Amino acid sequence: MPDLMKQSPYGTFLEHCKKGELAYQVSTDDGKAVFYPRVVAPGSGSTHLEWRVSKGLGTVYSTTVVYYKDEKPLNVALIDLDEGFRMMSRVEDIDSLEVKIGMRVKVRIHPGDEKQPPYPVFTPAGRGA
Amino acid sequence: MTLKRGSVAVVGAAESDLGQVAPHTSPVDLMAQATLRALEDCGLKLSDIDGVFSAATQVRTAPMTLAEYLRIKPRYFDGTAIGGSSFMSHVAHAQAAIEHGLCEVALVAYGSTQRSVSRAAASPREFNPYETPYRPFMPSSAYAMAAARHMHQYGTKREQLAEVAVAARKWALLNPKAWEKEPLTIEQVLKSRMVSYPFTVRDCCLVVDGGGAIILTSAARAKSLRKKPAYVLGVGEALSHANISSMPDLTVSAASESGPKAFGMAKLKPADVDMLSLYDAFTITPILFLEDLGFCRKGEGGRFVANGAIAPGGKLPVNTSGGGLSYCHPGMYGLLVMIEAVRQVRGECDKRQVKNCEVALAHGNGGVLSSQCTVIFGGPSTV
Repeated sequence: MPDLMKQSPYGTFLEHCKKGELAYQVSTDDGKAVFYPRVVAPGSGSTHLEWRVSKGLGTVYSTTVVYYKDEKPLNVALIDLDEGFRMMSRVEDIDSLEVKIGMRVKVRIHPGDEKQPPYPVFTPAGRGA
Repeated sequence: MTLKRGSVAVVGAAESDLGQVAPHTSPVDLMAQATLRALEDCGLKLSDIDGVFSAATQVRTAPMTLAEYLRIKPRYFDGTAIGGSSFMSHVAHAQAAIEHGLCEVALVAYGSTQRSVSRAAASPREFNPYETPYRPFMPSSAYAMAAARHMHQYGTKREQLAEVAVAARKWALLNPKAWEKEPLTIEQVLKSRMVSYPFTVRDCCLVVDGGGAIILTSAARAKSLRKKPAYVLGVGEALSHANISSMPDLTVSAASESGPKAFGMAKLKPADVDMLSLYDAFTITPILFLEDLGFCRKGEGGRFVANGAIAPGGKLPVNTSGGGLSYCHPGMYGLLVMIEAVRQVRGECDKRQVKNCEVALAHGNGGVLSSQCTVIFGGPSTV
């Protein structure tokens, strides 16, 4: 079990983001992917959690387009990663309304800004991904 | 230990003032106003209340704050806060408390001034480092993704979502207390301002001030009071997740657990239900709940609501008040969902009254399809 006096699950996730990586956990008891990162494996209560770096390939599970006033329509999506976990994100480099359920996507770490630390976004993965 | 079918009844039910209340009105002012009206409704006094149940986004310690305001010292209290379905949960917990003699007269109350103070001020979103950076417009975007997935998997159309809003509006025009007063067409819903695709503003619930209160007591005591009791025949509560990214299947809500629990306790089936009061935060929610509660097969909800099926004169009366979409939605709307069901069982609904309504199902939804709680009410013939 991680020492919460030294590092938090999100802290570790963020360290990976800073290296350009999407990290997740695997419960080594049953081999199941865990996301969001935790100190305890959900369901089993096991503390046998290992960090892994995702290959970053996934499929759009669902998608929406948010219309904020005076802004370009913003995509928000749920992505199912090939390793077996789901996360919220957005798909970039494509018109928000063209993001479709079932589309293959690949992770990219957005650099963030002064207020927002780096975070994973996705782009269309193209054919064969 | 299981709860007993019909052991308690709602004996008093009332809304506070609804819509846009005077500046500086507090959420607890609205709770107190509704409480007094609900007491008047049943003929009990403030001093009879010995159980207090409440939750409100603007009042973190709702049962405590309400007890202070009313200056009552409840023997039992519960502030379960799981979003808009909290009050169905309160009814289940009040039933348990009354059955065990922990209290005898339970008050369930709610109030919100979200229209007056803004939704951002009334219900600030919790920060989540795995969701907040993507700026979903919550809760709308979560429900929009559920709708998008339902459309993808089952061929549900935006026009079918719009049917839910149009049906709600037709009922609202029969309810003098409804916020919306003008007719609405499917085309108007589709062409309104887009909020979070596939939802336009007309697929989304109202943002108004308001509150309500209900009074419950034992079936034995209920018989001596002013109004026809609405017996609690069945209750069911279920949690499935808190954040939308942790919802296992966006097309299946935990109403598929709370519904069977409530029906099991009530010893009833969907065909026995005369009217439904379903939490319509967005047009997709009644569609999901009709499926998950067993009124149609999974995936058939969109087709089920088409052609005015849940509107006045349709095959199944749903949200006869006009719902959260057209009557009133003061943030956590579950208490008002139950008040309409109680009134239908009592036969108090005038132009929108469902004929011979003996069984009414009220279903609450909280968070982002996160908590699901079902209460089935019955008139005197059912116990």
